[in-house]
Amino acid sequence: MEPFKPLDAVAAPLPLVNVDTDQIIPARFLWRKRAEGWGHLLFHDLRFDDAGSPRPQFVLNRPEFAGARILLADRNFGCGSSRETAVWALYDYGIRCVLAPSFGDIFFNNCFQNGLLPLQLPAPTLEAMLSALQAAPGSRMGVDLEQQCVSGPDGEPHAFEIDPFRKQCLLAGNDEVAATLGLERKLEAFERAYEAKVSWL
Amino acid sequence: MLEAATMFDKIWAAHVVETRPDGASLLHIDRHLVHDGSSNAFRMLKGRDLKVRRPDRTFATADHYVSTLGRDLAAINEPSRRAMVEDLEAHTRQMGVTLFGLRDQRQGIVHVVGPEQGLSQPGMIIVCGDSHTATHGALGALAFGIGASEVAHVLATQALWQRKAKNMRVTVDGVLAPGVHAKDVILAIIAKIGAGGGTGHVIEYAGSTIRALSIEGRLTLCNMSIEAGARAGMVAPDDATYHYLHGRPYAPKGADWDKALARWRTLPSDQEALFDREAQLDAGEITPMVTWGTSPAAAAPITGVVPEPAAAADASDRDAMQQALAYMGLRPGQPLSEIAINRVFIGSCTNSRIEDLRAAAKVAAGRRSVVPAMVVPGSGLVKAQAEAEGLDLIFRRAGFEWRQPGCSMCVGMNGDLVAPGDRCASTSNRNFVGRQGKGARTHLLSPTMAVAAAVTGKLTDVRQLMGA
Repeated sequence: MEPFKPLDAVAAPLPLVNVDTDQIIPARFLWRKRAEGWGHLLFHDLRFDDAGSPRPQFVLNRPEFAGARILLADRNFGCGSSRETAVWALYDYGIRCVLAPSFGDIFFNNCFQNGLLPLQLPAPTLEAMLSALQAAPGSRMGVDLEQQCVSGPDGEPHAFEIDPFRKQCLLAGNDEVAATLGLERKLEAFERAYEAKVSWL
Repeated sequence: MLEAATMFDKIWAAHVVETRPDGASLLHIDRHLVHDGSSNAFRMLKGRDLKVRRPDRTFATADHYVSTLGRDLAAINEPSRRAMVEDLEAHTRQMGVTLFGLRDQRQGIVHVVGPEQGLSQPGMIIVCGDSHTATHGALGALAFGIGASEVAHVLATQALWQRKAKNMRVTVDGVLAPGVHAKDVILAIIAKIGAGGGTGHVIEYAGSTIRALSIEGRLTLCNMSIEAGARAGMVAPDDATYHYLHGRPYAPKGADWDKALARWRTLPSDQEALFDREAQLDAGEITPMVTWGTSPAAAAPITGVVPEPAAAADASDRDAMQQALAYMGLRPGQPLSEIAINRVFIGSCTNSRIEDLRAAAKVAAGRRSVVPAMVVPGSGLVKAQAEAEGLDLIFRRAGFEWRQPGCSMCVGMNGDLVAPGDRCASTSNRNFVGRQGKGARTHLLSPTMAVAAAVTGKLTDVRQLMGA
């Protein structure tokens, strides 16, 4: 996993509620391997028509939002299927931070495993950012994870909260497996005590 | 005296290996269920040169990519899809994990197989790389879906870091009317609390209606918890649970059974336990339900009409409704019972168990489907049971295809797809845009309602066919 670096990038607005992971990455692509690359499949059926041509109205196809690395989303973003490929598609496309008033729980956890920062911000804050982006498409926003600060399209800073452990993992580019393997003795001791009580598993 | 605890609190506390200063806990996992969508997770494990820590706690079956036309691997005619099933066979063989493979009658949809084999038991933490893992909560377990990285983590450590969700209780009291099933109850719940209504919570379903549901009904109910945003849904174990589990292949036996039972009886939430959120429904007000939109929360009684976007709570909801109606090809005010359908699918981890097939066959008997319709049993054992009862003949005579077990047209990953623009009455769990195929339109409903739609060619109140 790549360490999370401060962002100063174009932000793309996607003001749709309940964007499910089937929209982020349709099921028919899920047989692919991680290393094959997923960015070109992001939002596939929203982004491309039946002939495979880009739909000009879709936000990521508009020239102002070329190179977007920040996505401004609406509530319950990433609901539905647990497919981690939704995060891979966003990440491989270049998105490093998704801001939304709320997220699907499984998607939210999957983000941290892949170096993507899901940021939950109050709806009014996001609405103001959205209006600013719509008024000036192509505006840049900033995300400084170290300082826990997002700067809006107007440059105004907004502090955010994040679990210290998850923050450190993102900044260092670590996932949890190595840390957990270091707890082998505790895992063993727990299993011994547990299986003494629950012997029928 | 200890503080009153919910069932979720109790199961959580019994599995904490370690708690980090930031509040996340490392939880021991009792059962890890894997399927043919898990190959990237196995590759992550191998990439780190790690092994499956507890192959004895890990069980696999192929469901997402399998053909419903035959049990040969060759029946999967697309090489990339066939490779997913072959990968699962290879990974489980190398790692010593039990696989219910294509040639095994125990093969089926992972959320049908777990309970059926007695692998899913009260008090357990059960995970699987699939969002419908909440299904197993019907037996009084804490069961939830995880992503591929988390699957790899559990394979490597038999444990998982989690932050504790909040407690939510949904209480349904009263008696369900004839023709109203568990599917209608869960659709009514999701319609009431919304697609994000359970986000950040574990839902415990309670009340006299839930107690009166069979285990199979409870499995249907818990299955769709994720459609309300809740990663897990659960029902307290009771005599129905113990009766269901007794004698199943992986259920405890002899002295272990008594020991298990004593432990399971301590699981239900304490009377004084507090829930962070509560919702109540009156069973008497629940009618057969259908969805009209592209979120499972877009559900309404079959007696109703397509709603008016202008009546939406806010601008976001209104926009979402307008887009959904455009995709679905519906207009506000249209009676739901006048919507013509082109296809019917009975199956999926929501509604493919023997009780579902019995109820559907009862309506299908002596009638004839006027549209292409298929029945996909949830497992080889469900299929065999249905055939022993002659249900397959009833379905075939009524013009339904009788297929081999798998996820099939719920998600279409095996190629069982709804054609673009076609409208499918489906007993599955998601009506998302493109879920059953690009441009496909899905109406979620119960198995008996699906048969009613098949024989009339339109969404139909099944009670009209019951002589009620």
